[in-house]
Amino acid sequence: MSTDTKPGTDAGTTSAFPGQNAARAGRPTHPAPSFWASVWLVSNREIMSRLRSKAFLISTGILFIIAIGSVVAGGLLGSNPSSTQVAVVGSASSVVEQSEGLTAVAADDVAAAEQLVRDGTVEAAVVPDDDSLVGVSVIALESAPSSVMNALSVSPAVELLDPASQNGFLVYLVALGFGLVFFMSALTFGSTIAQSVVEEKQTRVVEILMTTIPVRALLAGKVLGNSIMALGQIIAIALLVGIGMAVTGQRVLLADLGPAIGWFAVFFAFGFVMIAALFAATASMVSRQEDVGTTTAPVTYLVMLPYILVLIFNDNPLVMTILSYVPFSAPVGMPVRVFLGTAEWWEPVLSLAILALSTVGVIVFGSRIYRNSLLRMGGRVTMKQALRG
Amino acid sequence: MLEIRGINKHYGAHQVLTDVGFTVGDGRMTGFVGANGAGKTTSMRIILGVLSADSGTVLLDGVKLTDGDRRRFGYMPEERGLYPKMKVAEQLVYLARLHGLSPAAAKSNTSDLLDRLGLGERGGDLVESLSLGNQQRAQIAAALVHDPEFLVLDEPFSGLDPIAVEVVLTVLKERAAAGAPVLFSSHQLDLVERLCDDLVIIAGGEIRANGSREKLRDQFSTPRFQIHTDDDTGWIRGVDGITVIDFDGGEAVFEADSDAASQSVLREALTRGAVHSFGHLRPSLSTIFKEVVR
Repeated sequence: MSTDTKPGTDAGTTSAFPGQNAARAGRPTHPAPSFWASVWLVSNREIMSRLRSKAFLISTGILFIIAIGSVVAGGLLGSNPSSTQVAVVGSASSVVEQSEGLTAVAADDVAAAEQLVRDGTVEAAVVPDDDSLVGVSVIALESAPSSVMNALSVSPAVELLDPASQNGFLVYLVALGFGLVFFMSALTFGSTIAQSVVEEKQTRVVEILMTTIPVRALLAGKVLGNSIMALGQIIAIALLVGIGMAVTGQRVLLADLGPAIGWFAVFFAFGFVMIAALFAATASMVSRQEDVGTTTAPVTYLVMLPYILVLIFNDNPLVMTILSYVPFSAPVGMPVRVFLGTAEWWEPVLSLAILALSTVGVIVFGSRIYRNSLLRMGGRVTMKQALRG
Repeated sequence: MLEIRGINKHYGAHQVLTDVGFTVGDGRMTGFVGANGAGKTTSMRIILGVLSADSGTVLLDGVKLTDGDRRRFGYMPEERGLYPKMKVAEQLVYLARLHGLSPAAAKSNTSDLLDRLGLGERGGDLVESLSLGNQQRAQIAAALVHDPEFLVLDEPFSGLDPIAVEVVLTVLKERAAAGAPVLFSSHQLDLVERLCDDLVIIAGGEIRANGSREKLRDQFSTPRFQIHTDDDTGWIRGVDGITVIDFDGGEAVFEADSDAASQSVLREALTRGAVHSFGHLRPSLSTIFKEVVR
């Protein structure tokens, strides 16, 4: 018998609460946070979860070590050749002192100088020789010492009609440096955003978040938090490189590179926000971490393409000019042109304006996809569904 | 008071909700009952604004519900989820802060709730390291941590052990007693029967019955009575206007044509000996449910 056998003994219905709204208002009230307060909270959570990730800390450490290492290596390879020690006898010392790269070690006579050469204490000996055109002759052990010969030779004056402002290999290295940093950073933090979006979707926590704060605040917080981390990393690297160059005596290069690095940081800030919004939007279209790679692949290509093009065409002015205005490649293209000195002062400003406008456009487009895709679980959301809502 | 009016929703060619309407009164526990796929979760999502309805409105005290009002809701979605790699207490504080609580209020609410729900010792643990039952408790804490003004809970008791069910029940009743309207869905009908003041029964996307529990019971009850006496009750068959349904020694279940007929049975029984119980048999929720949904 499935029926209730206790007639009339049911707990009566709770009488309607008197003064209903007053009772409800009696609970502690908490005013909803402003849009930007919500963004800031989301952003802080992103940053904290990144700072607690061992993988992030290790990869950042490695990046810093590479940055310092390359500056130090560059300093060692590129520094002025250490001066060669030569023994000098008598009046030859005046000739040697006029030559760069040679350090004179005084010897009493020719025999003493020869002894120093045999010891290996000096590279060669420079002795007075009235028969020679330059007034000295060189004594060496096995073969003519080229560094000493070059230092003592007289070269004709050269006039360059169109001097290259930077040497070609250096330009390549700088383009590689900007490209690599942008590419690595955008990819690392972009895929971090993608994973964080899918994590919220996969663990379903997103439904609670959506009922708590506006979806736009959630997206903005994610992009802001990761942009702060990415930009922080870039600035730290720039500082390390700058300090490293100053310490290792590469001040000339630093002065040339400084404005380019400055522009790079500004372009990076906008470019990264644009890419981050794209990563978040495309990631929101899938529900499982396994599918993140597939869905974000087009964005990954967008990040890789300018990097490769800038590397290949860094000596082609036309292609570089185009690349320095296309929003996706401008963060690398324009700083390289600034470094080359081929950009007018207004060019980076114009390119930055184009980039900033595109970033706003991409954010609007991306947040639409994001909002429409968040609650669609299961299979991949098509672009059509995501845009239509 | 939360009022749901004329909600329609379709997915493609499939109509999932048809003219759904009911109210959730202040300080009342309202049970939302229906089979899987009947439309409970969709309705709740529409109330919370994560889904938009094709038509219909949700009113709060007679005014259209805004996103700002929804921030004051405590919501437990059907699809459970918290950040697996975040510490339990930290996560609750984060959610409370998103709702606008000060850091101090967020912390004190979190530790109070964790203590109440028996998770006091686990606040520093990662969510993923908790057992499923404890994750469920943490999920309930997440719906309550911001002193919500309304509660909408989708299957809050599924996955809880009996002790946890009692704990959660006590907490929810407390919130209702404090004036919060509480809407919760469940398929554990015995629990709903014990707990709710009001009931909403949905089937195939339509509201089949709703109202206070007592009203529904009266509405669906038959004029059926049960009596338990010391003596054999075979004599009842002879009373006018009475049809015996079931009979076993001192116990009998019968239908009466009128109240007078049933009362005459009681009078007669008292003259014959001790009467241990006599009462109007009212249908249990599961009986009503089966009947309504059929």
